[in-house]
Amino acid sequence: MFVVAFVSFSLFNFVGDPVNSMTGEDASDERRAEVREVLGLNDPVYIQFSRFIGNIVQGNFGISYQLKREVSDLIGERLPATLELVFVSAILAIIIGTILGVYTGIHRDSFLSNVILVISLAGVSLPTFIIGILLIYLFSVILGILPSFGRGEVTDLGFWTTGFLSTSGLKALILPSITLSLFQMTYVIRLVRAEMMEILQTDYIKFARARGIENNTINYKHALKNGLIPVITITGINIGTLIAFSIITETVFQWPGMGSLFINAVYFVDIPIMSAYMIMVAFIFVMINFIVDITYYFIDPRIRLKEESS
Amino acid sequence: MSLLEIKNLNISYKTRKETIVASSNVNFTLERGEILGIVGESGSGKSTIANAIINLIDPPGEITSGVIKIDNNELQNNEEIIQKIRGRKIGFVFQDPQTSLNPLFKIKDQLIETIQTHLKLSYEDALKKSINLLEEVGIEDAYKRIEDYPHQFSGGMRQRVVIALAISCEPDLIIADEPTTALDVSIQYQILELLKKLTKKRNLGVIIITHDMGVIAETTNKVIVMRHGVIVEQDNTKDLLTKPKSTEARSLVISVPPTNKKIHRFKLISPDGKEITSSSANLTKNIIKTWGIRENTNKKLLKLLNITKIFDDRSISYRKKLIDEKAVKAVNDVSFELFEGETLGLVGESGSGKSTIAKIITGLVRPTTGELEYNNFSLYNSKKKYQINKSRGQIQMIFQDPYSSLNPRFKVRDIIAEPLKFFQKNITKHDLEQSVFDLIDIAGMTRQSLDRYPHEFSGGQRQRISIARALATRPRLLICDEPTSALDVSIQAQILNLLKDIQDELHLTMLFISHDLPVIRQMCNRIIVLKNGIICETNEAETLFKNPKHQYTKELINLMPKIESII
Amino acid sequence: MIKKTFNRMYDTDIGYSFFNSKIAIISSTVFFIIFLCSFFAGLVAPYNPFDPASVSLMDAFTPPIWSDGGSSSFFLGTDQQGRDMFSTMIYGSRISLIVGFASIIFAMFLGVILGVTAGYIGGRYEIIVMRITDVQLTIPTILMALLVDGIARAVISRSMHDEMAIYVLIFAIGISEWPQFARVTRASTLVEKNKEYVSASRIIGLSNIIIMFKHILPNILRPILVIATIGLALAIITESTLSFLGVGVPPTTPSLGTLIRFGNNFLFSGEWWITFFPAIFLVVLALSINLLGDWMRDALNPKLKKR
Repeated sequence: MFVVAFVSFSLFNFVGDPVNSMTGEDASDERRAEVREVLGLNDPVYIQFSRFIGNIVQGNFGISYQLKREVSDLIGERLPATLELVFVSAILAIIIGTILGVYTGIHRDSFLSNVILVISLAGVSLPTFIIGILLIYLFSVILGILPSFGRGEVTDLGFWTTGFLSTSGLKALILPSITLSLFQMTYVIRLVRAEMMEILQTDYIKFARARGIENNTINYKHALKNGLIPVITITGINIGTLIAFSIITETVFQWPGMGSLFINAVYFVDIPIMSAYMIMVAFIFVMINFIVDITYYFIDPRIRLKEESS
Repeated sequence: MSLLEIKNLNISYKTRKETIVASSNVNFTLERGEILGIVGESGSGKSTIANAIINLIDPPGEITSGVIKIDNNELQNNEEIIQKIRGRKIGFVFQDPQTSLNPLFKIKDQLIETIQTHLKLSYEDALKKSINLLEEVGIEDAYKRIEDYPHQFSGGMRQRVVIALAISCEPDLIIADEPTTALDVSIQYQILELLKKLTKKRNLGVIIITHDMGVIAETTNKVIVMRHGVIVEQDNTKDLLTKPKSTEARSLVISVPPTNKKIHRFKLISPDGKEITSSSANLTKNIIKTWGIRENTNKKLLKLLNITKIFDDRSISYRKKLIDEKAVKAVNDVSFELFEGETLGLVGESGSGKSTIAKIITGLVRPTTGELEYNNFSLYNSKKKYQINKSRGQIQMIFQDPYSSLNPRFKVRDIIAEPLKFFQKNITKHDLEQSVFDLIDIAGMTRQSLDRYPHEFSGGQRQRISIARALATRPRLLICDEPTSALDVSIQAQILNLLKDIQDELHLTMLFISHDLPVIRQMCNRIIVLKNGIICETNEAETLFKNPKHQYTKELINLMPKIESII
Repeated sequence: MIKKTFNRMYDTDIGYSFFNSKIAIISSTVFFIIFLCSFFAGLVAPYNPFDPASVSLMDAFTPPIWSDGGSSSFFLGTDQQGRDMFSTMIYGSRISLIVGFASIIFAMFLGVILGVTAGYIGGRYEIIVMRITDVQLTIPTILMALLVDGIARAVISRSMHDEMAIYVLIFAIGISEWPQFARVTRASTLVEKNKEYVSASRIIGLSNIIIMFKHILPNILRPILVIATIGLALAIITESTLSFLGVGVPPTTPSLGTLIRFGNNFLFSGEWWITFFPAIFLVVLALSINLLGDWMRDALNPKLKKR
């Protein structure tokens, strides 16, 4: 976290010249000096850094070069849109992915498994933006039943704007969340399948069979519980990846979230937004990892007991 | 009416190149109260039969024909019927207790699940029964331990839990596939005693599959000897061990190292049934020529002084030179000397630190404290860095696992040539070729094998290649770390003979590490007994076996399975 | 001679599995056709889309040959600048493949060296390398590549950036994929390191470099190869995604992603082919590589031998 903060700080300070971006190339020297003074760029580096950290803790990320607005305001506006999209996609990807993964892992050679696998492989090979374009073409251009851009009607809850409460908001969510979740879903399917297949070959499964335990119990109780352990890790990484891929989905669907804000920032070298985005994402990642570790602790007795004994 | 009857059983594995017959025309019967042993070398199809009885053969193997009857009821190839019989009529015990239990479920859950699958019992009754079962297999505080997870039990205890699971639904037949191979001698004894006790008490039929003739002698009533999927001989245990008729059975019996006396060489049976005592003495002439003549001077070659090794780095404070009192010491204050030309045996159970000592001598692991001297020269400098240049090539090692000790991507020729080239930088092509030939000759392999890769050879042949590689550096000290524990007995006998010959001819000093007391007795002049990293007893080999002083040594010698016990 | 080599290949387990897997044969054929086409783009493509003499704005928005208004000289139609779609795609796939291969080789080089040394040497060095790997693994490829690209844009002036774009892109994708290699290499090295042939080499006294790269590396090539194949597909997809987002290769040398980006603007006005064909082409390319990688993973994994 600290490392990310430092990287984004150095980005902020040493990369490009913020004075140039704020004042324009043709500003007078006095004007430049004034801006430098206001921004505190004449102070020693460590003071600047501690001020930078202090600002972040207070939720102050500076002012966007391009949009000339407080970055924290911009993020406050955009964050709900991205989080809702990621949330819906994550649930889709993990639940459907796990179910299909378990099925294909157990019924290894069945026809349906093979179909699912071929489709999942196609899913891995389809870049997110192509999925998005195809869905838009099919449902918006040809069929015209779902909107191709925007969030639809949103309800303002004061600190949060949600699209969950209106029909058009929910409708607008369908295509982007499918687009976003498809790639991750295929990933989950393949991982869970591989894990299940490996577990079904272990000695303790063979021993359970030798004890006469029924096949369904073995598959859905013994194997499944072991097979779900990696799903927890994947869920963590998954949400991170979804946040990253939301950049693409948001671009394709003109979804007013953090991702489209960020991609514009990259395009226009708007460093305050870039560094703020990085810090936000890093923060979310750290939180996710923390939650994953805790979940592990509760699910796997081997980890739990090792911790207790030491 | 027999408990188990097997008639004309044929099992084969179809691979793309050929169909491998895993068992053909197998016939035998088993009565209640009887323990049947099935022996044979690896690949003889003994485990396949066990799996066939409960219809758990791994594909592509399948039963092609034959009848399996339990209490005169034929077991069809019908998964549903067999599922009801598994666990209920037949209990199964696998080799490795570490992997047989599901790590995420409590012992309680696994027992109750099995019981409720087969018997109509309420949860409370099943729990009560489970606790009784754990007590019956000798687990103390059963009502408490039943709440634990598998990894909280030691290996021996886990195997008891596995046995408790196997007998939980009062089956009539127990099949144990190498039930004690993964366990130490003392625990092996307890598990076998438990099986014997249960057989009597519950009037069970038991099949024990093993490669260990000692286990056969001490536990079974009758024995089946298998080879290439065919039963070559079956008889009651005593007759088979004293008067084996078939070549295979004779070979098995004769190659077992005797526990009660020392013999000079192992006798071997050639495929046509004759006894042979091969010798590789004449093959070493060339090597002796290039090495120069060595003589046994009986002077001190290696000295270990107060060697201690702690693997857990956190418990050592290097700065203060302090060691945490509670730290687990893999090797604890070990000192001994090794004299030129002798074979010193290091014996102990798993975790006794014997392999760690070998690694310290070869420089694979640094000692935490202590001194190591080779030819009066310290092998570790003050910073505990191995001073390999001084002893380079003089200390070599033969490893336990022939399947991982050779680099699979190298041809045998390159495996042997690499150390030669390393020590003789400007060796001519001709000399190199000659040296490689000499070495492969000593190891008793053909020169054609030089152009092949390790995976084309059997375990015994690979061990011979290992020996050739070790000799390439002209060593004076050869460390053998369980060199035969992965091999079948007849192959073990060949390799041990080869090691003896090489030592005699080349005047090597040997440090021989094993958990197998009979093997140690045959190979060594002196023996050190280790337990938990501490030396219990050091003595001349014969004195130690005839008159053990330390309690632990006595225990080991008493508990080892003895093939002579029945003869 | 050829027959003999073929028989020998067929005799190995891998060869057997290959010649008995329709998927493996088809996908590798498709991949090689695309590879050869883009390699010899000048010979295969009917037009050179970057030669102003051969491009005329008059031809812009010609639909494919089978649609109304299609022209027999432009088999798959033309784009908004009047460039032949088929030729543009072939040249575009060349850029995609170059970036894909270059970045994966870069990632492999970095990842394998760090992975082998971390696994073999261990200690504090290993902890540091693996910590970096773990942190980077949680950062998704696309985000990492975007960040590197964003920083590069800030550092390099805009006029320079177009020239440098392709190198920046290779670096960005490469740097975001190396942790995969490092992780797999290290895990395999740890397994190999504990095998006794490595101990034997150490006892002989061979140097660590020789043990790592002559003894261990050849034994862990298989998983690395699998990762490289799947990584290649991922790299191509990442490249096209970045180009689609407008931060990849410059429009003057369009890759498949750039073409789709342009075409996307005309999707609603009915000129579907400008987006559609490059998209299909990209999917076929990625799919053939992925299928190949998938087959390879199963064929090379001894644990999952066909039941």
